[in-house]
Amino acid sequence: MRIARPPQLLKVRSGGLTPIIVILAVLLVLLTARQPDFLSPPSLMSFLGRSAPVVLLAAGQYFVIVSGELDLSVGSLVTAQVVIAARLIDGDPSAGWPVVVLLLAFGIAVGLVNGLVTTLLRVPSFITTLGMFLILVGAVYLWSDGAPKGSLSEEFRRLGRSAFEDVPALGRIPYALVVLLAVAAAALVLTRSDFGRTLVAVGGNPRTAELSGVRVWRAKTMAFVLSGLAATLAAVLIGGYSGVSFQAGAGLEFGAITAAVLGGVALGGGRGSVVGAMLGALTLETLFTLMNFYGVSGALEPTVQGAIILLAVAAASFRVPSR
Amino acid sequence: MSGLLPSPLLALRGIGKSFLGVRVLDGVDLQVRPGEVHAVVGENGAGKSTLMKVVAGVHQPDEGTVEFAGAPRTFRSPREARQAGIGIVYQELTLLPERTVAENVCLGREPLRRGLVDRRAMLSHTAELLASIGEGSIPPDTRVGRLGVAQQQVVEIVKALALDARLLIMDEPTAALADHEVDQLYALVRRLQEQGIGVLYVSHRLKEVFDLSTRITVLKDGRAVATLDTADTSADQLVRHMVGRELSSYYPGRAKPQELGPVRLTVRGAGNRKLRGIDLRLRAGEVLGVGGLQGSGRSALARALFGAAPFSTGEVTVDRAPVRLRSPRAAIRAGIAYVSEDRKGEGIVAEQSVLDNALLAVRAVRAVGPGRAGRGARTARVRELLAAVELRAAGEDQEVRFLSGGNQQKVVLARWLALAPRILLFDEPTRGIDVGAKSAIHDLVRRLARDGAAVLMVSSELPELLGMSDRIIVMRDGRIAGELPAGASEEDVVALAVGTAREAAG
Repeated sequence: MRIARPPQLLKVRSGGLTPIIVILAVLLVLLTARQPDFLSPPSLMSFLGRSAPVVLLAAGQYFVIVSGELDLSVGSLVTAQVVIAARLIDGDPSAGWPVVVLLLAFGIAVGLVNGLVTTLLRVPSFITTLGMFLILVGAVYLWSDGAPKGSLSEEFRRLGRSAFEDVPALGRIPYALVVLLAVAAAALVLTRSDFGRTLVAVGGNPRTAELSGVRVWRAKTMAFVLSGLAATLAAVLIGGYSGVSFQAGAGLEFGAITAAVLGGVALGGGRGSVVGAMLGALTLETLFTLMNFYGVSGALEPTVQGAIILLAVAAASFRVPSR
Repeated sequence: MSGLLPSPLLALRGIGKSFLGVRVLDGVDLQVRPGEVHAVVGENGAGKSTLMKVVAGVHQPDEGTVEFAGAPRTFRSPREARQAGIGIVYQELTLLPERTVAENVCLGREPLRRGLVDRRAMLSHTAELLASIGEGSIPPDTRVGRLGVAQQQVVEIVKALALDARLLIMDEPTAALADHEVDQLYALVRRLQEQGIGVLYVSHRLKEVFDLSTRITVLKDGRAVATLDTADTSADQLVRHMVGRELSSYYPGRAKPQELGPVRLTVRGAGNRKLRGIDLRLRAGEVLGVGGLQGSGRSALARALFGAAPFSTGEVTVDRAPVRLRSPRAAIRAGIAYVSEDRKGEGIVAEQSVLDNALLAVRAVRAVGPGRAGRGARTARVRELLAAVELRAAGEDQEVRFLSGGNQQKVVLARWLALAPRILLFDEPTRGIDVGAKSAIHDLVRRLARDGAAVLMVSSELPELLGMSDRIIVMRDGRIAGELPAGASEEDVVALAVGTAREAAG
């Protein structure tokens, strides 16, 4: 029997990493053409540190999207976490770590609710997490009477704004980048674990997964919990970097979704890689930096994101027929 | 122009087609005359579906010409082919289940009246079409989802014919039908034939090919290796053309009495919404065949035993211990495996790799059997199993959607074997699978029984049911209508299935 080996081109088309790497490379070339020292260590390190939160969120979003769902609540979760942290810490330097633990618990809880409502109550995740988004926004306003109260301690902010200084060759390595690398490594291990592979199967064909003994509800709920955890870490970094504001997480959910889709993660589930999602986030940040250098208004960012989602999804639908 | 033979309705010359460098069709010649049923046979992956899609305008050939009704044509889309008079009925149903029969038949060309859809015209038009092919009993205003598979098939055909088709392509039209429904389809095809419609008929079932066709074209590795007059051809000859193997090697031997082990599974007085009063015993080493018409409860029985649509009453024991099969997971933990009839929808994860698919169950249910082994050992074991089922794939990283049906089924089997199940439930294990792979699956099923598994096999293909089973139960109206020993005839099974035989007690 003749075996149809999928040729190389096909791998490129079906959710591989090649397209996103090519796009990122092109953007970097354009960027260095304009700003020759962009790739020098100090500037690159600071860029990576600044990009860390959205890269984290893209990694979290990967798990949700690949399982066939969507998490729209991460942006407002980031805001909520920052506001909660400020109020609980209120300048007290010793409160840092206990509050981080508390935030992690809150992130897990939000993920659990998202997951269980989606799987057990069978509410589409688009609606579930949209509801969660609104609930969190409203609750935070209510809780803080319309203006953020308290303040973050220097201790707490260090993770988001400080760095290992005077590292040979590289200079300054932001803590945020270290957090990012640790999370990226953990995410990569997770996607290769039984859980990670099963999650892709759940997104690819939930019926087959169920009939193979997979607890689909549990796998999807875990994905939402991971997204909640990623949002919590992002919140700690963002709070540290830019301080307390009701706008802390605004729009980040779309950034994360755009990044994942750009990185080849198929909306609807079953296809994509966490590395792709994270590279997608870096690409998006590079694009925004580039736009900035070329004097394009930052107000265009949502428009660009929207266009990317539409284009990426359209491009993904030009798939090789499986005969 | 008029010689001894009528001029061809469709003439394909030197058709070639590649997908991204993979040559799927290579210089295919084929002619269909008006009123001819031209069968196209070949193993899966031979290029049958692609060839049909070229004729139907879904794919455009890289080389060669398509001549239809005497003129060279290039169909750039299915729509153009349809308008030229080529209708196609695909293997998978393409109807919208939430829409009515009439809405489906008229989809995309609804009759209009003052700019609005004229529902009355649509209904009467559809009713006429149905009546013209002798299927007037299907109400045009019913939602398609409420019809049985066989009736949906008829709707597909009517839909394909609705634009005065002169050529009808039927791709595995009987895949979802029970035997008496196949007879209706035969009658339908013959009526079309009398009206001068040419039929391109793709099927794995040789019996159908011989019953229906005028000529047969055999495809192998993308080439048309032979075109034969059906009347002058024997089944053996045809199979030789397809796989180079004789028919007689079809079924492996049955279980000898000493090979039968202890009772593995018992069911007493079990039922649910689709099943009533189910009593059965299944022994290690035996293959119990389950026959019956579509909707008789044969699939429901397998699904109930697997916990996918559980029994609500009755008792089930596995190896003498009472079990509650409330979910697939519970059934898997009790040592039961299930190969669904719907391979695409319930068997595979099409976009995952061979290895991921084969590992799915062990990953999900680690606490059972060899799943407890370490990751490396587990993967090694699954690789062995993939080799043992003689999987043919480009590699373990190949996506399952690129495999033929038979090889997909082997991946599903390997997935279950990794859990070393004691009871295997097969629902139509060889549906849509080519002849060569079919007998490989049959051998595997028998080998599993010999190794001590208890096998329950649902099949609507009588030769398979009779050839494989050590014992047969026949379902009717959600009950077991009767039991037959090995060596029963097709007539015995049919008599029980349609209820002309006296029911066995109980």
